[in-house]
Amino acid sequence: MNFLLEIGTEEIPHWMIPGALKQLATINLFGATPQVDATPRRLVVRAIGVPERTPDEAQVIKGPPLSAGDRAAAGFAKKQGVELSAMTKMGDYYELRKQVPGRAVRDILAETLPATILGIQWPKTMYWTGGKTGPRFIRPIRWMVALLAEEIIPFEIAGVKSGNATRGHRKLGSSAIPVTFASYEGELRKNFVMLSADERREKIVTQITRLGAKPDAGLVETLTFIAEYPTAIRGDFDPAFLELPAEVLTTVMRHHQKYFSVESAPGKLAPHFVAVMNTNGDPEGLVKRGNERVLKARFNDARFFWDVDQHKKLIDRVPDLGNVTFQAKLGSYLEKTNRVVALVDELGGNAHAQRAALLAKCDLTTEMVKEFTDLQGVVGGLYARHQGEPEAVAKAIYEHYQPLSMDGEIPATHEGRLVALADKLDTLRGCFAVGLVPTGSKDPFALRRAAQGVVKILVEAKLDYKLDDLATGELREFLLDRIKYYFREIRAFKYDEVNAVLASGCGSLTDVEARLSALAAVRPTENFEPLAASFKRIQNILKQAEFQPRDVLDQELLEDGPERDLYTEFVRVRDAARGESYQRALEQVASLRPRVDTFFDKVLVNAKVERVRNNRLTLLHNLLTEFSTIADFSEIVTSHQTVHNAETAVRSGDQKSS
Amino acid sequence: MDSFQQTLFKLKRYWDERGAVIQEPYDVEVGAGTMCPETFLRVLGPKPYRVAYVQPSRRPADGRYGENPNRLYKHQQLQVILKPSPDDILDQYLGSLEAIGIDLSKHDIKFEEDNWESPTLGAWGIGWQVMLDGLEITQFTYFQQCGGIDLDLVPAEITYGLERLVAFLQGVESVYDITWTKGVKYADVRLADELQFSVYNFEMANVDRLWRLLSEYEAECKELLAKYQDYTDKQRFPVLATYDQVLKCSHLFNLLDARGAISVTERVGVIKRVRDLAVGTAKIWADQQA
Repeated sequence: MNFLLEIGTEEIPHWMIPGALKQLATINLFGATPQVDATPRRLVVRAIGVPERTPDEAQVIKGPPLSAGDRAAAGFAKKQGVELSAMTKMGDYYELRKQVPGRAVRDILAETLPATILGIQWPKTMYWTGGKTGPRFIRPIRWMVALLAEEIIPFEIAGVKSGNATRGHRKLGSSAIPVTFASYEGELRKNFVMLSADERREKIVTQITRLGAKPDAGLVETLTFIAEYPTAIRGDFDPAFLELPAEVLTTVMRHHQKYFSVESAPGKLAPHFVAVMNTNGDPEGLVKRGNERVLKARFNDARFFWDVDQHKKLIDRVPDLGNVTFQAKLGSYLEKTNRVVALVDELGGNAHAQRAALLAKCDLTTEMVKEFTDLQGVVGGLYARHQGEPEAVAKAIYEHYQPLSMDGEIPATHEGRLVALADKLDTLRGCFAVGLVPTGSKDPFALRRAAQGVVKILVEAKLDYKLDDLATGELREFLLDRIKYYFREIRAFKYDEVNAVLASGCGSLTDVEARLSALAAVRPTENFEPLAASFKRIQNILKQAEFQPRDVLDQELLEDGPERDLYTEFVRVRDAARGESYQRALEQVASLRPRVDTFFDKVLVNAKVERVRNNRLTLLHNLLTEFSTIADFSEIVTSHQTVHNAETAVRSGDQKSS
Repeated sequence: MDSFQQTLFKLKRYWDERGAVIQEPYDVEVGAGTMCPETFLRVLGPKPYRVAYVQPSRRPADGRYGENPNRLYKHQQLQVILKPSPDDILDQYLGSLEAIGIDLSKHDIKFEEDNWESPTLGAWGIGWQVMLDGLEITQFTYFQQCGGIDLDLVPAEITYGLERLVAFLQGVESVYDITWTKGVKYADVRLADELQFSVYNFEMANVDRLWRLLSEYEAECKELLAKYQDYTDKQRFPVLATYDQVLKCSHLFNLLDARGAISVTERVGVIKRVRDLAVGTAKIWADQQA
């Protein structure tokens, strides 16, 4: 049977819709596959082939033990609503086997749909009827269509009864449209609702491209879920506004007005914009004119802010930062600025970098940034340039919030990188010092992003600062976590390689990166993984023996053959690897493998004579420590799993004779 | 083309026809129509209520000496409260736009998420900014909490930004060019306020005295709040007068803020002082209503 569910609501925030659909796609339709769709005003599930009834089911209910006697059994039978004769015996117990008839799916859905609908998880919900204990949803539910085989599945939520009538576009459509499963999407279309998000998205992209705008994917997605019937129009603005920085114009258009900008040449804005309406056209040009007027006012504001802001230079705004809160427990931006300047100095930043650090936050006091907060940093950089600060200073201020995301660019200049690094580190140190540590999904101060930025800058700018010099304690652990994340997720190193390298210590991140690259390069070679397995075995043996390194190796005690051969090879490899690149060194280490294998084949580590035994353990210990400085091979997950268990490894050695 | 005041008449008539009490502006300084007792207090408690009023709203820090075409120290809001919110509230709202001459079939209307929160009032709600051809003309909020109290009947609050809306209707680019009534521009009526209050708020308000006034109003408010518990005839208790003291404090805070007189460390503390007064007053009002 065909199934149609439409939850009609007031406008749902666009960014929440895809998440809700993902949840609705898991709705249980008894074997049928749900197809989900949405506009800002409706969440829709459709399916074909929903069964009419659930199948009959054989059920076995365990009764009292036989020892409890017939009376107990009779009581049980009565409770189950059957005669005692219906009970059977199984082992030491009575049991009741009964055939539970299937149920009409319509009845089941009528019972379960309200909970399914109200069970959708949203980032923030509201109640609108029935007081605080009333149903909660993202916005008020105003109508519902629920059909199975063209008959209504009856239920009620917040006083709204399910039915068979949908509503069209707010202004262009009808407000009561009877539908069937088959007619549903077509009726919506006739009433100016495009149900399919893919179709709306495609329409937006096609139209804005035709009007000369570049489809900004994020904005396209936003508009796809803001409009039920998207139609693009192009408007113009006075070319005189092109004197304003492109960053300002673009921010006003994209972030404040949700317009696409138009370029006349790559990187050069044209005096046009493209807006996406939620209607079918603008034959009289009213919408175009309206949007143009709004944009003009916005641009005028921006020009006004620019002019007013020039009355006070950035450098004269430094004291004003005392009136801007950074964080309640961490004081003002003036205090932060002083700390960041000192930190840039400590990191070896030059005069330009220090000047940039001093001015970096001053744009927070400007009208422009108060209005266009997304432009913090950018505005400071533009003003610095305008006010005659050296280009290196202007650039560093401009880019000191970068990287804005994991995929974002790090600052391009050395000064910018230092200021960005110091700014983020200061935020992290301050917050951790007063206990504002992210927990679970809660991270109100975006500390993960700050830490991720620190890591990204350190690695990608190849800055040689040691982790221990930058952070200690809990913050160091937090950064380590981000370092792992960065190398795994962004740089696609295998997790065990990352663990192996970091287990050998974390100095500077450039060093970590070099060791990781070497490890990843050597890993596929023939000898590597078996050797890694042997290293793990060595580690287990040492652990099992509770070995404490005390004595230096006594060469006299080495047994000729595999043991002395291993030692000789150890010395050779150690000397050969010295001064080599990490990769060459790892290749040398890997070449140890045949000797290690032979050693384990032929030599009993657990020798009877204690001195010999200790000497062997010392040999293995030296081997392990000497060759674990690049990476701790025991962290490598090998395909040779046989040596995972320390006990087994030692015992199997025991059985051999030496 | 309708004048500023004709548009106001039409909006008031529209909500009058839908059963709203048409109130006049409140006569104590407020930063927004939400702060008037007709909203802040009336949304509390179990009694249904419908009201609409124009409220001149003072925001000292927003003053621009009358030089900015779109920014005002004192702008006017038409505030509508429907408690509880009717099911067809959004359609009713759109109807009010048609009533002032906007043919919505020729325009682009969008409801974009915009939730409202006021830490000073212990209040928040869920809603949208309503965009007409890219212009934000209305703030629409379903109140959820006020004065720290969960609401029994969820009201819809519709706040029309009148200057913007009328500038749109009249097709002018500066609010000062709005025709207030035939032959009289907005500038003729209001420009002097904008200039002079900007001068006062930013340059001349006596900071020390403002602080003293804030403390005095706060003291008066606290003294009243403290008396409620033992006051025998609860219905006679002057909670409305108590609330006026809260509004005075809030306005003085805004003035001090515009003067740049509130330091970082003080700021959080002063907001909390005002909030405590607001929450205390809301509790008493709700108690009286119960």
